[in-house]
Amino acid sequence: MKINGAQMVIEALKKEQVDTVFGYPGGAVLNLYDQLYDADIRHIMSRHEQGAVHAADGYARATGRPGVVFATSGPGATNLVTGIATAHMDSVPLVIFTGQVAIPHIGTDGFQEADITGITLPVTKHNYLVTDLADLPGTIREAFYLATTGRFGPVLIDLPKDIQAATGEFRYPKTVSLPGYNPVYQGHPGQIARAAKAIAQSKKPVIYAGGGVVWSGAEQELLMLAEKTGIPVATTLMGLTGFPGTHPLSLGMLGMHGTYWANMAICEADLILAVGARFDDRVTGKLSNFAALAKIIHIDIDPAEIGKLVDVSIPIVGDVRRVLAELIKKTEPCHTSHWLDRINEWRAEAPLCYHQEEDGEICPQFVIEQIYRETGGSALISTEVGQHQMWTAQYYRFTRPRSLASSGGLGTMGYGFPASIGMQVGRPGELVFCIAGDGSFQMNIQEMATLSTYNLPVKVAVINNQYLGMVRQWQEMFFRRRYSSVDLKQVPDFVKVAEAYGVLGLRAEKPSEVIPAIRRAIAEPGPVVIDFRVKAEENVFPMVPPNSPISEMVRGNG
Amino acid sequence: MKMRYVLAVLVENKPGVLVRVAGLLSRRKFNIESVAAGKTGDPGITRITIEVEADEKTLEQVIKQLNKLVNVLKISNLTSEPAVIRDLLLIKVRADASNRNEISQIVETFRAKTIDFSPQSMIIEVTGNEEKMEALMLLLSGYGILEIARTGKVALLRGSKTLINNGEARENGKNVL
Repeated sequence: MKINGAQMVIEALKKEQVDTVFGYPGGAVLNLYDQLYDADIRHIMSRHEQGAVHAADGYARATGRPGVVFATSGPGATNLVTGIATAHMDSVPLVIFTGQVAIPHIGTDGFQEADITGITLPVTKHNYLVTDLADLPGTIREAFYLATTGRFGPVLIDLPKDIQAATGEFRYPKTVSLPGYNPVYQGHPGQIARAAKAIAQSKKPVIYAGGGVVWSGAEQELLMLAEKTGIPVATTLMGLTGFPGTHPLSLGMLGMHGTYWANMAICEADLILAVGARFDDRVTGKLSNFAALAKIIHIDIDPAEIGKLVDVSIPIVGDVRRVLAELIKKTEPCHTSHWLDRINEWRAEAPLCYHQEEDGEICPQFVIEQIYRETGGSALISTEVGQHQMWTAQYYRFTRPRSLASSGGLGTMGYGFPASIGMQVGRPGELVFCIAGDGSFQMNIQEMATLSTYNLPVKVAVINNQYLGMVRQWQEMFFRRRYSSVDLKQVPDFVKVAEAYGVLGLRAEKPSEVIPAIRRAIAEPGPVVIDFRVKAEENVFPMVPPNSPISEMVRGNG
Repeated sequence: MKMRYVLAVLVENKPGVLVRVAGLLSRRKFNIESVAAGKTGDPGITRITIEVEADEKTLEQVIKQLNKLVNVLKISNLTSEPAVIRDLLLIKVRADASNRNEISQIVETFRAKTIDFSPQSMIIEVTGNEEKMEALMLLLSGYGILEIARTGKVALLRGSKTLINNGEARENGKNVL
């Protein structure tokens, strides 16, 4: 039976077991949306294409399954770019379908034409412009395969209007043929043995775990390795859910706003086991001083990450989960008790701290700590980008896999709120909190309509300091308090915004109102926005000034 | 220490593949001296020869990053192996009846070819290695070089060894699932 290209997309999505698509219609995807009209696939319509792609990203981070996006040609497609780049930096599996003008019009500057494959070339794992209907099923098959194997990432398929309308036979290939793409999953046994030996010989080992642990689903293996060997674990922002934050061996996050003890441990370590991490500048600070005394073992599925920034003694290319499983077999308990004592001294020396006065202004950290307590650490959390994001990393102790969606690599303001929508869609029974800043929430605030329309019970906690807080902090610390364009002037009234969208809006202005507001929000069956009016000029500490060694932390607050 | 390397890159002959390769090299700030691309005996495969100036660590990154491109089948560093490396150069030089013979002697000495004459100019074609090209250009500059066009380097391994037979590209081509 012959079907048209748009139907082929729907059929292919079914074969890929996709039940949810995030998108926004338009002229060049009319055929696609016509097929969606009676397809057994749920479409979550955003209010801006950027909202759709971030939601698909949040869905993917919360479920581990690829997020699927539809958008039209031209502006629809270009509106996706920030979201695609966000996903690319954090290795998030997405399959994105964009409409394109009909093939005869490509290259003529047609109405709503944009060269989206050209534009997204640097921010996709791979992309396609389909110019022959016969290629369509195989292309979709490849796109899903590429997005969800090796190092995950976004893959875009550009579909000209006439391809969507043309009819042909649909045969969905069972296999793909990609001769230039051969990810290595099994770690080299000799290298794993060398790693085990290095671990046995080390006296001050630290595991440095990143997002690769999460994407590979290696949370259990990492826990087993840490517990068997007694090696403490510091994680990146992306790796926070990879290891329980409440575990005695957890050092919390390392890097620019990491814990003092995690950073000091890295500085004194004689062995670093980097697991699915990529030595980002927010983690390493001044690179030449990072783990300067340590031998480095680096496990990563992407060979290009190994040796990119630091010289590695023992590189292991492979899937983190499989490599750790092999490594566990070869390791013995290490004598780390003396080392852990040393780390605990640092922990006692400079704990995370803030001073919440009973009658004073609300401390932002206090709000996040109370959200952590009231949810028992079991909520799914998305964050925007900025101070509140770092406080979340410091004060919310993640214990459940895939319970955090945060833009790490690209640092995209406007990511967190739509991402929370995707998390809630992907895991409907769960409690989802979006921890936002008053600046970043406004970057995709139109998605309030999506939240309201689908009645998704996300709780948006706006940490409202009426500033672009992180920029203000840098201006305070490095630009002599010359506050340039960071004042957000108490506009808008977030409670009224919530109400305008038919969503419950709450406000907390005093410390005593924080817990009742959180409880009220959790008890409410639908979506809630809570406007937490917090101290305006609170800073995130500790902090490693840019390009400084991570041992040189500004501790502040204490 | 920085030096020049010649890489032979076999890629799938798909639309935009040269842009993917060139775009990657440029956005990662790799220093490219020349790029030459052309079809191979297999219509599905294009061979791109890239001359890159880099230290060893950067070279390793260039190769690893290129390998991440889905359409890239195989990369070989020909600098570390015995290889024939050639560049074709066309030089338009100012020449008239008074010095044409003199220039022709230079052309002969360099085993170059004169391929076009006009009353005021001639075009010379030469292939060879960098030193030969430089020496020829230096000599001809005395007469006035009007224009130069070069292909960029192309290269093959010496002996019967080839990129494809010795690589895994074809075997892997069947199926990766």
